[in-house]
Amino acid sequence: MPVLSANHAVINALSILPTFSETLTNVLFMVLGAVIITGLAALLALVSVYLERKVSAHMQDRLGPMEVNTEIPILKNIGHGWAQTLADAFKLLLKEDIVPAAADKKLHLLAPFIVFAATLAAFAVLPFGRNLIPSDLNVGVFYLIAISSFVVVGIILAGWASNNKWSLLGAMRSAAQIVSFEIPASVSVLVVIMAVGSLNLGEIVEFQEGGIHRWLIWRFFPFNLLAFFIFFVASLAELNRAPFDLPEAESEIIAGFHTEYSGMKFAMFFLAEYANMFLVGVIISTLFLGGWSSPFGSFLNSAPFQVFWVFVKSFAIIFVHMWLRWTLPRVRVDQLMYTSWKVLTPFAFVSMLGVGLWMILIQ
Amino acid sequence: MINVHDKHKPLTFIEKTYLPAIVSGVLLTSRHFFVNLTRHILRAFGVKLKNMAAVTIQYPEFLRPLFPRLRTMHRLTRREDGTPRCVACMMCETVCPAKCIYIIADEKLENPQIEKMPRSFDIDLGLCVFCGYCVEACPEDAIRMDTGILEISNYTRNGMILDLETMLSLEPMSSRYVQYDRGGEVVSADYIDERHRSDA
Repeated sequence: MPVLSANHAVINALSILPTFSETLTNVLFMVLGAVIITGLAALLALVSVYLERKVSAHMQDRLGPMEVNTEIPILKNIGHGWAQTLADAFKLLLKEDIVPAAADKKLHLLAPFIVFAATLAAFAVLPFGRNLIPSDLNVGVFYLIAISSFVVVGIILAGWASNNKWSLLGAMRSAAQIVSFEIPASVSVLVVIMAVGSLNLGEIVEFQEGGIHRWLIWRFFPFNLLAFFIFFVASLAELNRAPFDLPEAESEIIAGFHTEYSGMKFAMFFLAEYANMFLVGVIISTLFLGGWSSPFGSFLNSAPFQVFWVFVKSFAIIFVHMWLRWTLPRVRVDQLMYTSWKVLTPFAFVSMLGVGLWMILIQ
Repeated sequence: MINVHDKHKPLTFIEKTYLPAIVSGVLLTSRHFFVNLTRHILRAFGVKLKNMAAVTIQYPEFLRPLFPRLRTMHRLTRREDGTPRCVACMMCETVCPAKCIYIIADEKLENPQIEKMPRSFDIDLGLCVFCGYCVEACPEDAIRMDTGILEISNYTRNGMILDLETMLSLEPMSSRYVQYDRGGEVVSADYIDERHRSDA
């Protein structure tokens, strides 16, 4: 018997081996996926920054970046300063990283990593195509809302660890703002979830497939349209973008929570901000604008075109974000809170109740 | 649509929602954006346009047109025989409020009719205030400020001093001036346009 049990133990030990190699492959694939997503997020952030500068320039009758081009033969003739953000990124990489003497060094270092990691973690569930969902969670929407709120922890940490009154003010404003606007945003997401009956982002998109008239923005008219507008305004506030850019209001509090950050740490906040913009673009297009599905039904709806549609729709949203930023002046803190609690939240509940009653009474 | 003139008049309900103001603002920026974008695209395809898409002039490559009355770096004019027109009368040196002109007079031996000429004529551009009084005071039309040179910089203070030979060698630079028709309208406004087009 003891011999048998010893054999048994050996067999058990051997049976682990294939599992171990499977685990290793899984880990390798996860690392590969994470690297691809990080690269994608960084690239999108660079493109968005360039786009923002050009859009703002054309709105103000300027030219924007025109000087930084490369001498690489094929890319030489593109011109229009396309390499400007690339050069800026390299500059930020090489810059001195200044940590204030009074700052809490460990937390000061940790904060940008939390913000960047939270943003990247949210990328994990974004549906870029029917078979291109990095992690197809059945609680995708819930995960997105949860993980995007995590950014505020990093922001508060940055403000607190900097030991600077402007940083702290910016961080407090940011926290108040994100927490306030989370409610109308979540309620308007709930409208979509009620309409679809699923928290899975893939299923939400599949529900909307078949052309522009199937998009959730037109369902339960006008309640979903209202939810779309509420979610859009709330997303502006959660991104800390104008007209709700109080946390970084440069005329009042220098740069808010990232006043004391320089070099690569600042770059991480900056990249996270623009990666977040793309994130919100994908979320809005997934929830309301049909995600990867083509607006022309089954026409142009193959796998590469699905990625194309996701990018077109999210960049359209990003463009509207920029459009509003370069049009509207910054609101006051009380106006911000008024917008959230007295306008958006009641209307979000109206929209949710409307959809609920519609579902009970008509269907 | 939006009440801007009467500050005491309370806002109506529609105005209080700020939606009309937001919409008109968005329309304004979008008009600028799409008009400029269309112009840039047309320009990229080689269409000649009356208006520029951006008011920016890419400075070191493209220069802004200068107006004829603009005072720029000094030059000294010459007679037909090539000698300086200056007779070293010291009028400019006297009138100069910045005291930046230094003339050393000499006898003009080859032409006794003129009597005097400058042996050296220095202007310290580091002190010059570009008031143009020297040009006004000169009885011989010997000094002018029409070279069109505005980019005056040097690594040393001594480098800022213009001497006689330099000022005699400078030419009026009319190509950078704007041309006007008789009604005072700018004729060569597409000057910048041309320069920008050559970039695209």
